[in-house]
Amino acid sequence: MNLSVDFAGVKMKNPVTTCSGTFGSGMEFSEFADLNMLGAVTTKGVASVPWEGNPTPRVIETTGGMLNAIGLQNPGVDVFLERDMQFLKGFDTKVIVNVCGHSEDEYLDAVEKLNVEDAISLYEINISCPNVKSGGIAFGTDPKMVEKITGAIKKVSKKPVIMKLSPNVTDIKVMAQAAESGGADAISLINTLTGMKIDINRRSFALANKTGGLSGPAIKPVALRMVYEASHAVNIPVLGMGGIQTAEDALEFLMAGATMVAVGTANFNNPKATEEVVKGIEAYMERYSVDDINDLIKIL
Amino acid sequence: MNNNGLNNNRSRETALVISQEEISEGIFNLKIKFRDDYTALKNTLPGQFVSLYVSDGSMLLPRPISICEANVEDMVLRLVYRVVGSGTKAFSSLRSDDTIDVIAPLGNGYDFDKIISENNLPDDASFVAMGGGIGIPPMLGVVKKLHEMGKKAYAVLGYRSNDLFLIDDFKKYSEVIISTDDGSVGTKGTVIDALKASGVKADVILSCGPLPMLRGISSYASENNIPAYVSLEEHMACGIGACLGCVCKTVDVDEHSHVNNTRICTEGPVFRSSEVIL
Ligand SMILES: Cc1cc2nc3c(=O)[nH]c(=O)nc-3n(C[C@H](O)[C@H](O)[C@H](O)COP(=O)(O)OP(=O)(O)OC[C@H]3O[C@@H](n4cnc5c(N)ncnc54)[C@H](O)[C@@H]3O)c2cc1C
Ligand SMILES: Cc1cc2nc3c(=O)[nH]c(=O)nc-3n(C[C@H](O)[C@H](O)[C@H](O)COP(=O)(O)O)c2cc1C
Ligand code: FES
Repeated sequence: MNLSVDFAGVKMKNPVTTCSGTFGSGMEFSEFADLNMLGAVTTKGVASVPWEGNPTPRVIETTGGMLNAIGLQNPGVDVFLERDMQFLKGFDTKVIVNVCGHSEDEYLDAVEKLNVEDAISLYEINISCPNVKSGGIAFGTDPKMVEKITGAIKKVSKKPVIMKLSPNVTDIKVMAQAAESGGADAISLINTLTGMKIDINRRSFALANKTGGLSGPAIKPVALRMVYEASHAVNIPVLGMGGIQTAEDALEFLMAGATMVAVGTANFNNPKATEEVVKGIEAYMERYSVDDINDLIKIL
Repeated sequence: MNNNGLNNNRSRETALVISQEEISEGIFNLKIKFRDDYTALKNTLPGQFVSLYVSDGSMLLPRPISICEANVEDMVLRLVYRVVGSGTKAFSSLRSDDTIDVIAPLGNGYDFDKIISENNLPDDASFVAMGGGIGIPPMLGVVKKLHEMGKKAYAVLGYRSNDLFLIDDFKKYSEVIISTDDGSVGTKGTVIDALKASGVKADVILSCGPLPMLRGISSYASENNIPAYVSLEEHMACGIGACLGCVCKTVDVDEHSHVNNTRICTEGPVFRSSEVIL
């Protein structure tokens, strides 16, 4: 039985990774789940310098999901390379490094610094974070900007580049095509949907940032529809995510057109979720006598 | 014991409910038992917490609840919580022989050997444990441990009124000093008012309670040059240090985050009051 996939030229032992920001750099979750079982670990967004992030409360549960406004707190690339990457090298899994920035220069700066590390397989460029004022989503909602920043990053990058798209747009196909035209090796989606919650007892916003990004099972149907649309609009591979909790959820994304899938918010509910998704996909393949996972990808 | 999140062999466990009763209006006393070979529980310290999951899957995120008392020989944890919303309401309907999913223990609690050496505390030092409202229960584990260590412990407890939940438990391990909001028992006012009125001289303060109380304790401690520890709360998503949802501002750059933010679920919930900005 073959579970391995080729993702933008990188061979992954299975199509399952983690959603950036929900798994740190794997250190904390390694106590609960076997990182060696994952196709790749996708790390928390990292910038060229440390970021403080937003004030608290940063997270709140909502029906079927949660809102977060972490604001991309991160220790900066230098610490990331020295500490987090060294830790991840101890595991038999690929590493996808998620990169954030406030400006084009900041993205390029981070990518250039990360280029020295051979153990990084791919970059995932976050141009879709709804929780930072500049950069992030400001880049990800304008197709011209998406194409331009993709091109600029491709010029300096020594690794294949995944552009992470925002669902907060009218037509996801246009964004996917803009990334492809800019030279992206792959796209990932969806990032969180901008949302809000009000605490009626305190009569104020539940999050200090007022708005936050919605994730979890509540967004799965939207995410699946967008993965389907985007993957059929481009010829580059898609990393699909948004509300995946089980192998069944993951299989839906694979069938809709994703070559890889990522498990995010589900980790908070079940710290073994990633591992269980891999095992569940295997069990499904056995049950239906599917020899090669690639026979399930983009079949619809 | 530094539970920095690495290799403590914890997992999401299904624990057995031994008993649950309402000990005061809306406040529940829950005892849960772990499997005998769940070794991670052995190192439990007072001040640590657990992540409780709503088992029917209707809620995603775990609810953080402090450990009130740990009986590691029997693999039993005692938790005391107030019903405030949907999660705690769901827990309140648990009965003996039900099960509940939980990750335990989490965070950094009170390591008294370290506290004694860091602060050069003499053998006869007075440890003052201050708890306010639903911050009272975690202080029980604190005074119990101090009692076992043969230390002089005082519990200064702030209640709303004369409904003094857990008071008999506290009396087993420490002298108890009380403040109430309405003045019906003890000193009318805050736990600091009660401490002052008692004439007890604190050599170190350990505390848990609402933010205004912790702020008061923090400034009282710094004015009087008393080392103080505070137990903080924040909304959490992962509970294990991965999501950066639960941070608190710090005076110095944090060793893990490399910014002036520290993770309450991992480096905390217990902090030296002089290190955090409340
Ligand atoms: C380290 C720590 C220890 C705690 N120990 C205790 C304890 O021993 N006894 C006790 O009664 N309470 C304790 N709390 C508070 C307790 O976690 C909340 O009251 C509980 O999460 C509320 O959940 P809910 O679903 O009933 O309320 P809702 O208001 O419906 O909760 C909605 C969301 O907000 C979160 N939330 C709401 N209030 C708080 C809060 N004060 N702190 C953190 N998250 C919150 C919930 O976890 C949930 O994700 C502790 C909190 C922390 C951080
Ligand atoms: C707490 C939290 C932090 C996140 N941080 C990042 C981040 O740093 N970079 C990024 O590209 N996406 C980030 N995301 C978005 C996720 O990677 C993912 O796109 C989204 O949560 C949808 O997947 P899910 O429903 O499985 O969580 C974050 C999401 C959450 C919940
Ligand atoms: S709750 Fe996730 S880091 Fe503390």
